[in-house]
Amino acid sequence: MSSAAQALATGAAFAPATGTCAHCGAALAAERDRFCCAGCAAAYALVCDLGLDRFYRSRTGQDGALRPDPAAPVVDYATHVTTDVAGHSALHLMVDGINCAACVWLIESVLAAEPGVIEGRVNVATRRVLVRWAGPPADANRHVQRLTALGFRLVPFDPRHLGAAEQGAERELLKSMAVAGFAAGNVMLLSVSIWAGESGEMGPATRGLLHWVSALIALPAIAYAGRPFFHSALAALKGGRTNMDVPISIGVLLASGISLVETFTSGVSAYFDSAVTLLFFLLVGRYLDVRARGRARATAENLLTLAAKSVSVLSEDGTVRAVPPQAVASGATVLVAAGERFGVDGHIVDGRSDLDTSLVTGETVPAVAGPGTAVFAGTVNLTAPVRIVVTATGEDTLLAEIVRLMEAAAQGRGRFVALADRVARAYAPVVHALAALTFVGWYGLAGASAHTALLTAVAVLIITCPCALGLAVPVVQIVASGRLLRGGILLKSATALERLSDVDTVVFDKTGTLTVGRPELCLDGRPPLEDLRLAASIASSSRHPLARALVRACPGVAPLASVAEHPGRGLAAGDGGEIRLGSRAFCGISADGAATAGPELWLARPGPAPVRFVFTDALRCDAAEVIDGLRRRGVDVRLMSGDRAAVVARVAGQVGIDLWEAECTPARKAAGLAALRAQGRRVLMVGDGLNDAPALEAADISASPATAADICQTAADIVFQGDRLAPVREALDVARRTRRLVSQNLALALAYNLAAVPLAILGYVTPLIAAVAMSSSSVIVIGNALRLGRAGRSA
Amino acid sequence: MSSLLLLIPAALSLGLVGLVAFLWALRAGQFDDLEGAAQRILFDDVDGPKKKGD
Repeated sequence: MSSAAQALATGAAFAPATGTCAHCGAALAAERDRFCCAGCAAAYALVCDLGLDRFYRSRTGQDGALRPDPAAPVVDYATHVTTDVAGHSALHLMVDGINCAACVWLIESVLAAEPGVIEGRVNVATRRVLVRWAGPPADANRHVQRLTALGFRLVPFDPRHLGAAEQGAERELLKSMAVAGFAAGNVMLLSVSIWAGESGEMGPATRGLLHWVSALIALPAIAYAGRPFFHSALAALKGGRTNMDVPISIGVLLASGISLVETFTSGVSAYFDSAVTLLFFLLVGRYLDVRARGRARATAENLLTLAAKSVSVLSEDGTVRAVPPQAVASGATVLVAAGERFGVDGHIVDGRSDLDTSLVTGETVPAVAGPGTAVFAGTVNLTAPVRIVVTATGEDTLLAEIVRLMEAAAQGRGRFVALADRVARAYAPVVHALAALTFVGWYGLAGASAHTALLTAVAVLIITCPCALGLAVPVVQIVASGRLLRGGILLKSATALERLSDVDTVVFDKTGTLTVGRPELCLDGRPPLEDLRLAASIASSSRHPLARALVRACPGVAPLASVAEHPGRGLAAGDGGEIRLGSRAFCGISADGAATAGPELWLARPGPAPVRFVFTDALRCDAAEVIDGLRRRGVDVRLMSGDRAAVVARVAGQVGIDLWEAECTPARKAAGLAALRAQGRRVLMVGDGLNDAPALEAADISASPATAADICQTAADIVFQGDRLAPVREALDVARRTRRLVSQNLALALAYNLAAVPLAILGYVTPLIAAVAMSSSSVIVIGNALRLGRAGRSA
Repeated sequence: MSSLLLLIPAALSLGLVGLVAFLWALRAGQFDDLEGAAQRILFDDVDGPKKKGD
């Protein structure tokens, strides 16, 4: 059966929703018929040619994300290829643009259709692709080009560097959990028989046999599955500290030890089942905890890797090579295209352009640059290609200076001790003292035999072994971080929620945090539609942010041909360049005193009077509402920006922040944060720019939008995605609810102990009672934690 | 009593089979991409697209 021909026939009958691009699904401009751009048309042809057009019917996400980027940087993928012993080449890639199952199917099918490809497999959970083929490494470029032509963005990565350690730890925990689960099930089976036989039907010989079998299963399992706890406990003890794993390890080891002695002496009480079940429950909690955090961190890493760019270095012989920024030598000449981000510090030697320095300084108005201007990594070259000579690398860059400030800030912060460990510090000595007193009481005061006294003391240790306590905190955190992850909020630090729940002051950055970080056309005093359309059609050919804003305000206009760009000044169109769009001076308009705080563009042409377009850095749509919400939750809100006072004052007024500070240097921001903390406040810093990084490090807890500079996303404890500010409020709410649930869980665990410990001290706790009490307390704690997730779904 | 000598090893070996199967699946990478497995079940082509060179 010719499935390809059939699919083609049905594909021809398939019509996309009217008004959207047949490939990427973006809304179409009025004069466009089926495709929004040439790239989409080519991609559609490629997919149909391979007989894969069923993709368009079965996919679900259609928002223009799959539009091929004609300005995608050219990277030599062959250098990232690894070759195995069989002579097969392999390439690991990070992929962006996967929305649904159909995208996975399309990528794998396209790769399978490539000659020579042995395996092309997408890992949906980690958004990574592995391609293996028989052939030279140079084929990599052809394979990747196929996928980029379809609109998927791909970045090579080295699997040895990215998340390999965490993945190994996660796998070890899963293996330990499997072994503990197997042992717990089987030992419990034997224990139930022993308990059932306690009424007298079971002879001591049978009981001894069952104890021996239990020991044979439990002891190796404990030795294997207990390693994560033993290692952590040993490390803590070596460091002179104690954590939750210390009482856990002591409890488990003592319980197995005394049970082994009981088995040897044909005794009645063996606690193998309790010891193994305890390990199993704790491993479940720990595994889920590691996995939840690993997923959040992997998502954050993916975001960063996808944003990483290479630098185009011009070599002596005139060729251009793509080089990672850290490998560029001082004195090298680097080409930076219009719209590209500078990867290194340097100064311009050739070309004039405008620079968007908002990530570095917080300033939204582009700065004019020409030969001699110093440029910093992180700024964007807007209007024309330039050539720069690298002046600083490594330790000398602005970035390195920021890193030094961050390190200094981090030293002042001190180590945060997790709540569970703080509880354990108080809990462990009390429990161990209780067990010792029990032994002394029974042996010394009540005159019992050493054997009975020891058994009772061990029963106290087992019953107080912090099973519920060990689960109380992680289970709530797993549920909370899962709920936040669904909302696009990534928790990178294990203690982020705990620190966030105490916050009483929030400091915002302005550009890119309260605002979207790009200029938008002002709606009031909007010029006539005809002028706007003309301006937008001229602006279509420019990457300048003001031109982009004009195009966004008037979507779907056809670009005007023969537009000349004068970097730093404006655009000229028409035969003699008589239609001009640009600065006041460029359009020949005298300064009449009507200057505004925001940036502006003028449209001048022969005949009608010139038209002015005013722009402003628009606020995030829910900024004022979120800040009001934060204040109603009793949080003090402040604003610290590197921008000019007039602009900061206006934004502060719009969102309703009374306490603001303008023209802050990075050091000033960090010092401001430190001062707030010195007053005893718990401060959350939200920022996105390079100049915010030290402040993020100086705060108790920090958050960054996913559009922030790399270094901010690395420094921040929380990264949130999307155009809205609401995740900040959402994270705070979840953190506070988490705190309440953790406290409830700790109270439950404590109440259980208060009830059970007297029984244990008095010697009433048999292995059966120990097993029932421990399991039921764990189930109660887990059930309580799950309430957080349920509330999340209904909200 | 003598039935125990048969039943305990039987129960244990069944449990061991489960454990070994799980560890094998883990090593074979079946737990590396749980989301992908959930979505792949929806692909309905058996033979996949034809190789371009064929």
